[in-house]
Amino acid sequence: MLSVRNLEVVYHDVILVLRGVSLEVPEGEIVALLGANGAGKTTLLRAISGLLDVHDGEVTKGSVLLDGRPIHELPPTRVVRLGVRQVMEGRRIFAELTVEENLRLGAHTNAGALAENLDRVYGLFPVIKERRGRTAGYLSGGEQQMLAVGRALMSEPKLLLLDEPSLGLAPKMVEQIRDIIVEINRQGTTVLLVEQNATMALAIAGHGYVLETGKIVMDRPAQELLQDEDIREFYLGLGAEGAARSFRDVKHYRRRKRWLS
Amino acid sequence: MTEFWQSVARGLGNGSIYALLALGFVIIYKSTRVVSFAQPAFMLAGAVLVTYLAAEVNFFLALVLSALAVALLALGVERVTVRPMVGKPVFVVAIITLGLDIVIRVIVNGFIGLDVRQVGDPWGLQTVNLLGVPVQQRYLAMLLTTALMVAALFAFFRYTRFGLAMRAAAFDQETALAQGVPVGAVFATSWAMAGGLAAVAGVLVGSGASVDQNLWIIALKALPAIILGGLDSLGGAVAGGLAVGLVESLVGTYQADLAPWLGQNFAVVSPYVLMLLVLLMKPYGLFGTPEVERV
Ligand SMILES: Nc1ncnc2c1ncn2[C@@H]1O[C@H](COP(=O)(O)OP(=O)(O)OP(=O)(O)O)[C@@H](O)[C@H]1O
Ligand SMILES: [Mg+2]
Repeated sequence: MLSVRNLEVVYHDVILVLRGVSLEVPEGEIVALLGANGAGKTTLLRAISGLLDVHDGEVTKGSVLLDGRPIHELPPTRVVRLGVRQVMEGRRIFAELTVEENLRLGAHTNAGALAENLDRVYGLFPVIKERRGRTAGYLSGGEQQMLAVGRALMSEPKLLLLDEPSLGLAPKMVEQIRDIIVEINRQGTTVLLVEQNATMALAIAGHGYVLETGKIVMDRPAQELLQDEDIREFYLGLGAEGAARSFRDVKHYRRRKRWLS
Repeated sequence: MTEFWQSVARGLGNGSIYALLALGFVIIYKSTRVVSFAQPAFMLAGAVLVTYLAAEVNFFLALVLSALAVALLALGVERVTVRPMVGKPVFVVAIITLGLDIVIRVIVNGFIGLDVRQVGDPWGLQTVNLLGVPVQQRYLAMLLTTALMVAALFAFFRYTRFGLAMRAAAFDQETALAQGVPVGAVFATSWAMAGGLAAVAGVLVGSGASVDQNLWIIALKALPAIILGGLDSLGGAVAGGLAVGLVESLVGTYQADLAPWLGQNFAVVSPYVLMLLVLLMKPYGLFGTPEVERV
């Protein structure tokens, strides 16, 4: 469904952030994208959703194809209309508006089906329904994240891009968000899930990619990634050697070890 | 007492003009974070256009047509001169709008010539008795027209899909884009609305008076009005405009008797004095929005 090919992205004409990223998100799947801070995960999502422009970023090479059609040159409105929705990092709800107004905004491109979608979203998030008339800024962090996801669902996206939905949430809340992602996927939405919380992401994803300083350094089925020693060590904090600073270092270290033996 | 109520009517009448202009400033500011100084030119253009149209059609139809035409003009001006400047420093864009104001006014002045022109309003300087007080109809017309437009605006922002989208874009442009809101259309609409509002204000100023090259100066009163109300508040723009009109009118009526030591033209500066007094107590204006944040 979504295919990113050899994508290169530059900010302000000079800062090269993605250096030839390729990635596939097959229809109906949950694909996880892992990576440390500053790896370029958000940048990749922006390149897909058309939000690079706002940040003075630009695709300088490669392409983003949705069902074979290039979309990386399209303005965000068009991308949304094609069924791709990004839920931005940090929730970004409209704090001054009410909960329901936030949801109505999510349906901006899909006003015809507003009532049905409100029902569907309220069904998925009963807490949000209870708070529908309240100013969104006063919701708790977890509720705000639910609102952000619910808002994106209002346009009935085919592909949902989630940017660190578990960020800053308590473990209980992370579980809830995880279950909701699974449910949304079950109802037919393909998901590209960006996470630092690798345990959560890999537990529900079919496939996983690891992005490091603008390059995909790993591309495997999620189960394999979960078992991978390097991933366990660096992303899950389960490794024996605590000294490794980045995934690259782990790799170098291993290479050296092999060379020594 | 008659004198007092007449002064109030005049204050509210003129105040509604300031309110219409201030609303335009605030709408553009909220949507684009640009302070546009082109409002006086749109106001003049609206008035002059009606002086031509009124010869052909009914005054009210002329008013509506002129508002639509100036709205289109403003939309075009935004698209061609302001949109390419998105992302440039606010100061630069403000200066550009100042230039636009002058250019448009020079062009419009060509259609005024040296004579004064009439907008052809049906009320002129007639008065109507309101609970025993003779009040000029033009002030009532100003107040009523403004009330209607303000009600329409509030309904638009509150209940319509695009109005909600404009509010959202004002709070957080990137997030609005991510919802599929075409932010370019929001910019264009805000300019069109401001243009239309200014045109109506211009016609109302011209009613019961005449249109000449200096009509635009009235628009400067909108500045204390918006600062008084808070640059980002629609309600504030209305309240600020009415307050400026009222203070100016009442000071004009009574100051010469009550405080002659303030000199002859104190009414003219009174809006600015009011503005300073309010800013001393409320730095963001009376209605400047405090940020909503969880604590
Ligand atoms: N608007 C911008 N202008 C310039 N550089 C930027 C901009 N946005 C991001 N970058 C840079 O691009 C790189 C990748 O940033 P990005 O936000 O995509 O990373 P990320 O993987 O999402 O990180 P995080 O996990 O912290 O969210 C960083 O080095 C960042 O400094
Ligand atoms: Mg990020």
